[in-house]
Amino acid sequence: MNREQTSRLLQQHGAVMVLGLLVIVGSLAFDTFATPTNAASVVVSSSFLAIIAIGMTFVIISGGIDLSVGSLFVLGGVLAAYGSQYGMLVALLLPLVVCGVVGLLQGLVIARTGMAPFIVTLAGLLGVRGLMLAISDEGATTYLVKDQAFAALGQGELLGLSYPVYVTIALALIAMVLLQRTGFGQNVYAIGGNEQAAALMGVPVARTKVLVYVMSGLLAGLAGALNAARLSSGVTILGIGLELDAIAAVVIGGTLLTGGAGGITGSVAGVLLLGVIQSLINQVGSLTSAFQQVVSGAFLALVVVAQRLLSKAQRLT
Amino acid sequence: MAELTSRQGGGRVAVLKPQVYAWVQDYGVYAAVLALLLFNVLFTPHFLDAANFRTQLVQVTPIVIVSLGMALVIGTQGIDLSVGSVMALAAALTVLYLGYGWLPALVVAVIGGAVVGAAGGALVAYVGVQPIVATLALLVGVRGLANVLVPQLVEFRNPGLIALGSSSVAGIPVIVLIAAALTVIVLFVVRRTTFGRQVVAIGGNRPASELSGLPVKRVLLTVYVISGLLAALAGVLATARLQASDPTSLGLFIELSAITAVVVGGTPLTGGRIRVLSTVMGALLMQLLAATLIKHNLPQSWTQMVQAVIILAAVYATRKRGTR
Repeated sequence: MNREQTSRLLQQHGAVMVLGLLVIVGSLAFDTFATPTNAASVVVSSSFLAIIAIGMTFVIISGGIDLSVGSLFVLGGVLAAYGSQYGMLVALLLPLVVCGVVGLLQGLVIARTGMAPFIVTLAGLLGVRGLMLAISDEGATTYLVKDQAFAALGQGELLGLSYPVYVTIALALIAMVLLQRTGFGQNVYAIGGNEQAAALMGVPVARTKVLVYVMSGLLAGLAGALNAARLSSGVTILGIGLELDAIAAVVIGGTLLTGGAGGITGSVAGVLLLGVIQSLINQVGSLTSAFQQVVSGAFLALVVVAQRLLSKAQRLT
Repeated sequence: MAELTSRQGGGRVAVLKPQVYAWVQDYGVYAAVLALLLFNVLFTPHFLDAANFRTQLVQVTPIVIVSLGMALVIGTQGIDLSVGSVMALAAALTVLYLGYGWLPALVVAVIGGAVVGAAGGALVAYVGVQPIVATLALLVGVRGLANVLVPQLVEFRNPGLIALGSSSVAGIPVIVLIAAALTVIVLFVVRRTTFGRQVVAIGGNRPASELSGLPVKRVLLTVYVISGLLAALAGVLATARLQASDPTSLGLFIELSAITAVVVGGTPLTGGRIRVLSTVMGALLMQLLAATLIKHNLPQSWTQMVQAVIILAAVYATRKRGTR
């Protein structure tokens, strides 16, 4: 295997390898780490971020960024809890429709006016949080989930894992197929690689971009709704900084922020890595949660430096 | 221009349109601040009270100082997401070294900020990491570090530091004077120094700057160091004003406010142009807007939604020149 293949393999599957390594080290170091209970808790708590990171992966591969997902996550949760008084269908549809429309609007503005995604979704972050505050009486009202069937969607378990985990797995599989096996997925890669060239080749640039932001909005809203079902209420103070966690996970997973390269497996591995780091720090016990931020930040820095060196190695050969 | 006019075929109106966009881009933020001031003078009771003015200015000071550094970074086509965490780190360092006196503590805090800036700058300039990722890593890690150093809110009674935060000279708070002085310095650096021209040149066209022998990497590194330094100073000043060090929530989201101030001030995110005074105006505009909405009993939710619309409008207005 030559150098180029090695570096490409590391770039694409590095996160999975590091994840495996960390799990092995963790289970050797701590008796309580490699237990089914701990594994389940890491997986369950990671599932909501993973759903958001799946949408973010599409956005970043297309060369964009979505800062609004944290706000959409909270909005989705509040809307789901509010809607649950009218039954399960409303509890699910209301957040999806509203968050999908927000994604659609952001996508349209980005695609039609050529404004920077960073700024458009930054405005989205502010505006959506404002909208969430407006419908929750400035954050004072916490709507409780009234519908038992909807609450069961977040709390029910199958084989020791709660339902959101299965939803996440299903979504990840669908996203992988979309990205790797469909024309839409090819278009996303093409736009992220070189937008002008993609446009010249006849790729529907605007439509693809809009779809990508719609997906991101829908998934963030869905994650929020599932989280509200799990907590039985629409908590208004969640989701702060969540967009940064999602971006970090996607980047750790090997997706390039410049667009054009990356994948779902890496992003899910990135989310799990952040979860495992947190779990390991919990195992040590004496370390505070602040320490987790230090490790995550250092880890992210390490990964981007490694990515940079690897891509240099690829270009040299 | 002639070609554009004939294609649009609208006679005089079509000639005027680009001029209007250019005017909005150059002076829109001043006009907006003036309009808001006028509205407040007419419709807000007690708006002209000196106390109210002072409160508004003191509140906006940290954002102004951070925005100055952010404007330089954005001028190089970069972005610095770490500024809020640097403020928190500065707050933590300040109380840790307050035993040696407030001035040494301030110096240590500012050096800490410069070191974080240098780390981000080194990643951007020498390793070639994208600014948004490099400074995102610092945003996450440095706030954690601040919390590890000082896990909870610490109140202090150092008279010197408290005086720095709350004393005034001729009725103007010292904090505001410092921010004004920094604005003048950054304005001078951007307009009159070689370094300022190099910053703008690199943001405008990096390959060309490299080919013409500019010290691109060193300039980039310096810009991030300045941003970290200013953010740390803003952190110390905010800590002095609060009379407490709060690494958990100090500077949270200030990177977004600073980016907004820079962008609303008409500095394009694509780099190559830095508008220092307009950046300060941008910060004042957002502050004044929030204050106005609150004074007229509009809830915070409205403030955020209006801010979102203003950001979009400002960027839409500045976009035109780029695509022309």
